[in-house]
Amino acid sequence: MSPHPPSLLLTLRVNGLDVEVAAPPHYSLLEVLRYKLHLTGSKQGCDKGDCGACTVQLDGQPVLSCITLAAQAQGREVLTVEGLAGREAHPLQDAMDRFDAAQCGFCTPGILMSAEHLLRTAGREVTHAEAAHAIAGNLCRCTGYTKILDAIVDASTKTGGGR
Amino acid sequence: MSAPKKDHVGGWHKKLGAMDRMRGLAKYTDDLELPGMLHAKIVRSPHAHARIVSIDASEALALDGVAAVITGRDMPIPYGIIPWTQDENALALDKVLYVGDGVAAVAAIDEDTANEAVRRVKVEYEVLPAIFDPEEALRSDVKINPYSRKGNLTKEVELEFGDVDGALAGSALVIEGEYFFEGTTHAAIEPHCALAKVDPDGLVTVWSATQVPHYLHRELARVLELPARRIRVIQPPLGGAFGGKSEPFDLEFCVAKLAMITNRPVKLLYTREEVFYSHRGRHPMRMRYRTGFDADGRITAVESQTTLDGGAYSSFGLVTTYYSGQLLTAPYGFGTYRFHSRRAYTNKPACGPKRGHGSVQPRFAMEIQLDKAAEALGVDPIELRRRNAIAADDLTINELRIGSTGFLACLDAVERASGWKERRGQLPYGRGLGVAGSTYISGTNYPIYPNEMPQSAVQVTLDRSGRARIFSGASDIGQGSDTMVAVIVGEELGLPLEDVRVLSADTDLCPVDLGAYSSRITLMVGNACLNAAQELRRKVQGSVAKRWGVEKSRVVLADRQAIDREDPSRAVPITQAIEWAESEHGLLAAAGSYNTPKDRHGSYRGGTIGASPAYSMTAHLAEVEVDDETGEVRVIAIWCAHDCGRAISRGLVEGQIEGSTYMGAAEAVLEVHAVDPAHGGVHAGPSLLDYRLPTALDTPAIHALIVEAPDAQGPYGAKEAGEGPLHSSIPAIANAIYDAVGVRLDELPFTPERVLAALEEKRKRERQSPREKLPLVAQAAEAEE
Repeated sequence: MSPHPPSLLLTLRVNGLDVEVAAPPHYSLLEVLRYKLHLTGSKQGCDKGDCGACTVQLDGQPVLSCITLAAQAQGREVLTVEGLAGREAHPLQDAMDRFDAAQCGFCTPGILMSAEHLLRTAGREVTHAEAAHAIAGNLCRCTGYTKILDAIVDASTKTGGGR
Repeated sequence: MSAPKKDHVGGWHKKLGAMDRMRGLAKYTDDLELPGMLHAKIVRSPHAHARIVSIDASEALALDGVAAVITGRDMPIPYGIIPWTQDENALALDKVLYVGDGVAAVAAIDEDTANEAVRRVKVEYEVLPAIFDPEEALRSDVKINPYSRKGNLTKEVELEFGDVDGALAGSALVIEGEYFFEGTTHAAIEPHCALAKVDPDGLVTVWSATQVPHYLHRELARVLELPARRIRVIQPPLGGAFGGKSEPFDLEFCVAKLAMITNRPVKLLYTREEVFYSHRGRHPMRMRYRTGFDADGRITAVESQTTLDGGAYSSFGLVTTYYSGQLLTAPYGFGTYRFHSRRAYTNKPACGPKRGHGSVQPRFAMEIQLDKAAEALGVDPIELRRRNAIAADDLTINELRIGSTGFLACLDAVERASGWKERRGQLPYGRGLGVAGSTYISGTNYPIYPNEMPQSAVQVTLDRSGRARIFSGASDIGQGSDTMVAVIVGEELGLPLEDVRVLSADTDLCPVDLGAYSSRITLMVGNACLNAAQELRRKVQGSVAKRWGVEKSRVVLADRQAIDREDPSRAVPITQAIEWAESEHGLLAAAGSYNTPKDRHGSYRGGTIGASPAYSMTAHLAEVEVDDETGEVRVIAIWCAHDCGRAISRGLVEGQIEGSTYMGAAEAVLEVHAVDPAHGGVHAGPSLLDYRLPTALDTPAIHALIVEAPDAQGPYGAKEAGEGPLHSSIPAIANAIYDAVGVRLDELPFTPERVLAALEEKRKRERQSPREKLPLVAQAAEAEE
């Protein structure tokens, strides 16, 4: 088989902007984000759905973009770590920064996308146990998760109470 | 105004560059893309041991989009991180030595084409007998590594200090034990990745996810047969390493060679499976220990015999073999000591250094031995450790000069924080507490290749904008070394971290540093940086003092100002102070370098290995719950007190304590890196799922307790924090399991199968002798008779 079958033309909404992109039909969402749109914030750690470093949100739900076909995102809303912050850092990013919760930072984009979903759907202060469940699909090798969980709980006090 | 505030050293800092990483802006190696870039892949051996009969790349080269195929013949010069054991080639020359050994590399216009080209490279093999057991390898006539000089023995070390046999004979108690530590691997979340390009003037630039840019630079020059000045190595932001990126790998040579051949940039990213096969992780070690004690529980003798399963190549194995004995001699004094360690080649992925290089395995054995002795003697396990603790500035039995030690404070801290005194012995069956202690080096006094040049160097410049720049060779691998040097410069020059820019790990721009291994950076690069920053500070102070007509010592640099210590109302902005100094001296630049003391090591052959400027101390206390029906061990909490000398940045030190403790706990209960001999030596689980990396739900509550016993050798007294706090995590859990259900687990990891087997064994024993078991002292006495 030729490694180059005809490309698909996809229309996605990525981080609030509509984009059209041509990609081979077997491309994962991660490949389209990294190779076609040059959004390299989502990471490839295992390429088989084990590590969670590629986690993005599809219509507001965390998904593993390395095992999501790009075609599945056709016409849908994709949020990556690059779209998380506005002019100011997202409260989760700010908390992770204050808690020194990112060491090498490679797993952090995926963790942020999982944790943002938790905070948004909870709408209140979350517990350590809830935070641990929310990021149980995101492997971190540096931190032992301690400061990450502290940071998520801290951020939830800022995103949860006021709404 | 208020008194000058100095909140840098010892404070809590946001890590430099962390926000870039958290916003997805930092460019790790695989995030780099160059115009016209090709993608490379490596053809790997399906056999554990085979002769390469022929390689036919014609079908691969015929594929559209394939630019080049290379084999071992294109880079025949052997290399190896240790100059005395250069026993590997970038790609196999005549033989493959393990499943996964690289045979050829292809470069193509994209990954898909490269993968297809890999499938089309035809390699004919003559399969040879493969050996997976180190003892068998040592007996066998089959020679695994063609560069080996002594059959399958890669290194043997036998050292004796004092009359061990005499001491054992005169001991009140002798504990014997056999321990097995199955291998584990680093599993950094970022896979290895390298990118190379060749400039029109011939400069070869290699970007690599490495923790040793300098050693990579040297080995690239050797294998590519280029002068080092024509090679530039850059380490981009790195996604974790833990020792797994501390030597050159095939991909770095391949991308450079392919870029030279194709004249286009070439990138290669390992698959996760390739990361597992490339390994260089913790050696499996089988260890036999005899430990003698006097009636008070003082260690009279330690004797060990250790077999290290090295895998196909030497890697750091020469050092590992020494470390398996040399690094055990603190925090406890030994009356006498003998160790005999042998490292064997096997047809497996090569082992190397993983966090706590060479000493995590013997520490596991030693701390269980101590626990057994404490029980036999009826002494509290913490008290037994206190009785044996060495003192500050002691010389160990193998002549290592211990500087500061906060070990007793570490024991006090975990005892207090865990409620040991109140809770131990009061917990229900199935729940237990265990303690262990350890030590680690803050770098090594002697570098990997013999030379007398500094081990670390930095250049610091300061200009009228008020910004300091640090050019540092150090590799920030996530541990925060960039932040550490910025804190030191900020402290000395009165600048906030945001005014300090760090350029690091680029062999063209930065001075040589030997890399991020052996926990050397804080002490060595920190000292180099302190020297340079102090030189600049003195210049600025001097110029301000001249303008003010006061003594230099009155000028304090703090809070972006120069302030008169005796009249704090007199102050100028730091930019003004710098302008005065720059006017007086010209460019404000200082070079700082650090070399290790060369008078602190053993006076015997091998006595330099294990010698460090300073030693960190650690105590772990673990609480576990053991389900005696399922055999599952749940680690509930671990308290870790770590003496880092001085915490230059508290959050970063805590992070190292937490991450190390987690990694140890993972090795204790979950992780195994092994191949399957029944299936020809394929990896037993080369994925993060099968390897069972702990998730947030599997990780215990970790309580990091910083202990500070400042050491005269360290910057502001600082010692290491990156590796020490892993060691005793594992035996603390083993000892807690014994406390919980009364079984000793002397083999790692503590899987449900092993726990259940041990419980069954215990029940059998109890059925046979229903009376209370004899204390070990009596058993030992019986054995003597």
